[in-house]
Amino acid sequence: MEPLKTLADAYRSFSRDPSFKKELANWLEQYAGRPTPLYFAGQLTRHAHGAKIYLKREDLLHGGAHKINNTLGQALLAKKMGKRRIIAETGAGQHGVATAMACAALGLKAEIYMGSEDIERQKLNVFRMKMLGAKVHPVESGSKTLKDAINEALRDWVTNVEDTYYLLGSVVGPHPYPTMVRDFQSVIGKEARRQILRQEGKLPNAVVACVGGGSNSIGIFHSFLNDPEVNLYGVEAGGHDMSPGKHAAPLVAGREGVLHGMMTYVLQNAEGQIETTQSISAGLDYPAVGPEHSYLMGVGRTKYVTQTDSEALNAFKQLSQLEGIMPALEPAHAISYATKLAKTLKKEDSIIVNLSGRGDKDVDTIARQLPH
Amino acid sequence: MQDNSLTDNPIEQKFRDLGKRSEGVLVAYLMGHDPDPKSFLANAISLIEGGADILEVGIPFSDPVADGPIIQAAGMRALSARATPRQILDTIGELSTQFTLPIVTLTYYNPILAMGIERFMRTASDSGVNGMVVPDLPMEEAEAFRDMALKHNLDSIYLAAPNTSTERLQNIVNKSKGFLYLVSLYGVTGPRDILSTQSLDTVKKVKLLARGKIPISAGFGISRPEHVSSLLRAGADGVIVGSALVRVVAEHLDDPGEAQDHLKKNIWSLKQASKTTGC
Repeated sequence: MEPLKTLADAYRSFSRDPSFKKELANWLEQYAGRPTPLYFAGQLTRHAHGAKIYLKREDLLHGGAHKINNTLGQALLAKKMGKRRIIAETGAGQHGVATAMACAALGLKAEIYMGSEDIERQKLNVFRMKMLGAKVHPVESGSKTLKDAINEALRDWVTNVEDTYYLLGSVVGPHPYPTMVRDFQSVIGKEARRQILRQEGKLPNAVVACVGGGSNSIGIFHSFLNDPEVNLYGVEAGGHDMSPGKHAAPLVAGREGVLHGMMTYVLQNAEGQIETTQSISAGLDYPAVGPEHSYLMGVGRTKYVTQTDSEALNAFKQLSQLEGIMPALEPAHAISYATKLAKTLKKEDSIIVNLSGRGDKDVDTIARQLPH
Repeated sequence: MQDNSLTDNPIEQKFRDLGKRSEGVLVAYLMGHDPDPKSFLANAISLIEGGADILEVGIPFSDPVADGPIIQAAGMRALSARATPRQILDTIGELSTQFTLPIVTLTYYNPILAMGIERFMRTASDSGVNGMVVPDLPMEEAEAFRDMALKHNLDSIYLAAPNTSTERLQNIVNKSKGFLYLVSLYGVTGPRDILSTQSLDTVKKVKLLARGKIPISAGFGISRPEHVSSLLRAGADGVIVGSALVRVVAEHLDDPGEAQDHLKKNIWSLKQASKTTGC
């Protein structure tokens, strides 16, 4: 509890400090490459035959995903707090890479926990982390994926709490992480709202984003929460099918529970044991979700749906061929749903999809699944 | 059923009784139904017969973030044997009809939530459980939980760590019942060879703050008789030994009889160390 209090206090004071904000804005612009474009996907729109589809191009950020928005913010905070050793968990490896980058740039030491199953399916990112100077710890416990990497990072943190900062990668875990990570990611929605108003002259009919832990989705949703005419859709991993253990959709198929210091929707059995999850995208392979999503669903502001592995693969192929953009498998779930949603809307409507990362990391997985 | 009147608190009574003899309370932990219900029952009886003063029974959770590899593996063994909270509480019920020592459970919050908090507490209380440790339920979030526990004659046992602030520690001292579970090091459960001076300093600090209001039991990393005597000399009222015992179970999965002999010997030597606190 004490380290969380210290962190919450530090975050509260730095997040109000104009010089911290200015420094972070500078890193985001000069190093990460913000703002990212809001791209009108004309070919995909024509193909879907419905509402205009816009892509928020977080895949163009340094490192290839939205994760850098958060890692720069937290690494800067860690540095101000005088911590020199940074630990992080990673699923797909994008957060690990983004942590390694931010730490290298800010002169901090990074150690990354990653499930051994994820290491196997995300070799490229493991290599990138090592090249960036980070140490990668394989996690062999439990299901050997993201949730176990979080467990291991928490165990490290309680052991080395005095000199170590835990840089959590999503809007999950105990307070203040869900709030802090959302704040750092909300830059996505702030830009997207401004951009769509400029490009379309009106707000979109819908915003669609994939949900694993839920950081890219909450980041883009947040600026639209007070626009009731904008429908917000989170797309969870439908995996193979919706039977227990075959998907990763806690909001659609889970129950209220407590995991990793948060009360939220969790995939669990009748006795409260956490279910294993399955998804073609390592970044969505998590049995719980950020508590703010649970809240937003509860009050009816957001809706959550699923798309299966094969639907995501089709969307990957479609976006690659129609637009020349290879999405990561995580946002491919959002692309898939948005394409279907577009068909139900009028041509003058628009949809924003958060294209949260690029697909280079997934080419091995995709090569195994798709004929080429 | 436990033989205790409603006005008395069996856990605190145990500390008082042993304290009068200048003897420390030895809390012995095992994972419930590890590796199976029958062996667990026999192992627990060995610990009780060997001299354990309080029995602490783990109820497994798939994601035990406060535990090191030894207890993680024990939880996995129990879950593989399809252990459920209800069945483990039933086994505790069997123990409490045969023995009078206080029994506490240790489990994470989600299995309790899944069973229903009130139903868990009622079942636990009916099975003779006297107290509960929930490592991922911080005191700040536990107001309703504590009130309900009181109603069911269950002690809410809170954890404190070396970095817990004085203010929060004061709160934990005021709100803990039974004993205060002092995590005497930075880290997760698991035996360490050497007891750090930090552990001893933490005990001294917390003892001073507790001012006799609540007994202090030190846990995490304790495996040897000399650890027990040092912690008691530093002022702890009790010690909790977990991973060192669970390791014995793990090392004798093929020969449960052997495990019971070793457990009995180990707990006996730890108990001897708790009798010579030198104060």
